[in-house]
Amino acid sequence: MIRTHVLICGGTGCNSSGSMKIADALAVELAKAGLQEEVQVVRTGCFGLCERGPVMIVYPEGTFYAHVAVEDAPELVNEHFLKGRIVDRLIYREQGEEQVIPPALSETGFYKTQLRVALRNCGVIDPENIEEYIALDGYAALGKVLTEMTPEDVIKVMKESGLRGRGGGGFPTGLKWEFAAKNISDEKYIICNADEGDPGAFMDRSVLEGDPHAVLEAMAIAGYAIGAGKGYIYCRAEYPIAVKRLNIAIGQAKEYGLLGEDIFSSGFGFDIEVRLGAGAFVCGEETALITSIEGNRGEPKAKPPFPANKGLFEKPTIINNVETLANIPQIILKGAAWFASMGTEKSKGTKVFALGGKIVNTGLVEIPLGTTLREIIFDIGGGIPGGGAFKAAQTGGPSGGCIPAEHLDTAIDYDNLTAIGSMMGSGGMIVMDENNCMVDIARFFLDFTVDESCGKCTPCRVGTRRLLEMLDKITDGNATLEDLDKMEELCNYIKANALCALGQTAPNPVLSTLRYFRNEYEAHVVDKKCPAGVCKKLLRYEILSDKCVGCTLCARKCPVNCISGTVKKPHDIDQSRCIKCGACMDGCKFNAIIKK
Amino acid sequence: MKTLAELAEIREKMKGKVALREGSNETRIVVGMATCGIAAGARPVLGAFVEKVAQKGLGDRVTVTQTGCIGMCRLEPIAEVFEPGKERVTYVMVTPEMVDRILDEHLKGGKPVWEFTIGAQEKQGE
Repeated sequence: MIRTHVLICGGTGCNSSGSMKIADALAVELAKAGLQEEVQVVRTGCFGLCERGPVMIVYPEGTFYAHVAVEDAPELVNEHFLKGRIVDRLIYREQGEEQVIPPALSETGFYKTQLRVALRNCGVIDPENIEEYIALDGYAALGKVLTEMTPEDVIKVMKESGLRGRGGGGFPTGLKWEFAAKNISDEKYIICNADEGDPGAFMDRSVLEGDPHAVLEAMAIAGYAIGAGKGYIYCRAEYPIAVKRLNIAIGQAKEYGLLGEDIFSSGFGFDIEVRLGAGAFVCGEETALITSIEGNRGEPKAKPPFPANKGLFEKPTIINNVETLANIPQIILKGAAWFASMGTEKSKGTKVFALGGKIVNTGLVEIPLGTTLREIIFDIGGGIPGGGAFKAAQTGGPSGGCIPAEHLDTAIDYDNLTAIGSMMGSGGMIVMDENNCMVDIARFFLDFTVDESCGKCTPCRVGTRRLLEMLDKITDGNATLEDLDKMEELCNYIKANALCALGQTAPNPVLSTLRYFRNEYEAHVVDKKCPAGVCKKLLRYEILSDKCVGCTLCARKCPVNCISGTVKKPHDIDQSRCIKCGACMDGCKFNAIIKK
Repeated sequence: MKTLAELAEIREKMKGKVALREGSNETRIVVGMATCGIAAGARPVLGAFVEKVAQKGLGDRVTVTQTGCIGMCRLEPIAEVFEPGKERVTYVMVTPEMVDRILDEHLKGGKPVWEFTIGAQEKQGE
């Protein structure tokens, strides 16, 4: 008889820090103690608190352990699982607080204000066991749709719920479905866009790894609503755990008759296949994705025709993002009004964000739309490590922009983010502090889009390259103020003329940093200084002659031997040969070297 | 799957198994599982509580957990019942055979089994 469940995170983050080895070690130790019939180890999806991984939670007590190691397995088994003595040193405690009794997980700052809809099963169920999904009302929405509702009813519920695409575009899902439903065709398709490519975004991966059946169920519901019998999940091959769990889930769903022919004796049949992408960023763009599934090189096409009219194999096709789909079974079960009660006037429901950068609680959070950036970064995210000052948050990845401190209290929804020059995007959120150079950030994203541009249209292929060269000129200290104006002009040109969203949004990181941090650009151009001390070519390391005691340590540390001086006399750096590595400053014991 | 009833059947079967993950109920039965408890036979007692709580349909309101030594090693195995708003009841020298009566009379009937409690034990010892 099982009395204790040990849920250990099997998401990519915890996996890479060895969580599955811990699960194996626990199984061995449990067998040694003869507890294998009493304690069940469950490998789940992501809990969200990736920063503290590998994490595990023990029920029924609800004890949350963080930074667990393989070596801890014997102690956990013999102390906690056998004798009920909680292993205090492994308990998760919030930073900066000396809690004697750790609070319930739901009461910690990280989880307290979160509202989990798309992530509701992540970290709760074993994603490789369909019966655990069914236990938590899994496939009940599909059953309801097939036995009680017409396709029109389903579309009506989706429209009333106000759900908008979570992949970045924010197009109303119900409306998209309606377009496809109205088209008459012998075959239609449902595609799940799981080609998550923004640097720093991992929401979709976590849903696929933690709750794959929710995506399958939603795709079948969408198929019924628009009259499609076949679905594809386009997932990048860099997500091996997600792909593995999706295939297991599809196999189980077929075995239980929840995919395949004549589901719930309704006459409706639906089949799903996984297609692997090679990781090209442009394949997240829907027309390029379709081209890739068709077996061609992933390049976008001009719209219209929109996929809802003429998509995969020229048939009406709906493309929904993973997170969008994960919301759908619950909207069907709990109703449109329930979903519409969360969020803001034009943005309903919740959104998952992947928090990264200069933040204490790196990880995955889901919040009702309308929550402010301040709440996400400081209340849930725990603020900036080391107490640094917040400078900006970057949302929307290479297509988005930076939000400066003055907009910290903006309620986050699709329209507000667009209004302040960023975008929702898929939900990556990178936090930056005073040590991040905004020109360098813009350069980083441009470098990414230049690499990922497919080359089909000139504004993107050549335009982004020229833009990157201009940024290089600025960070090298060779630009003039006139270059800034030219750069802005080029940005607007690319936005207006590129073929697909990749090119159209590529200048956003430059435009938004220019808008809010023009002073930093000007410092690079006019003063030839990088205020954050990031851009190497504008840096100078200098030795303060009044502090230098002539210990010769820096000269020995310098990899290019450009520091000279005699023992017990102040040393000197030869600027013409210095490579700005900072080894001298890190090594100096007298704080005699400064970065300017 | 042909009918909703089949789905409901799996759901009901599995619900009890994952219910444990919803966290502790307010009513708890805590079994002492320190070395002294285990030596005195606490493990089969804990097993009996877990099994019979589920069997008797008490799983949705009663949680069974274990704890360390509470300092009365000579009276182990010890099981304590915590109910919201009530004094805790401490059962001592518990055997698996006693579990049925504790669950039926105390958790279901609301009346602690006096002769199994520490109070009865102390009186006997006087």
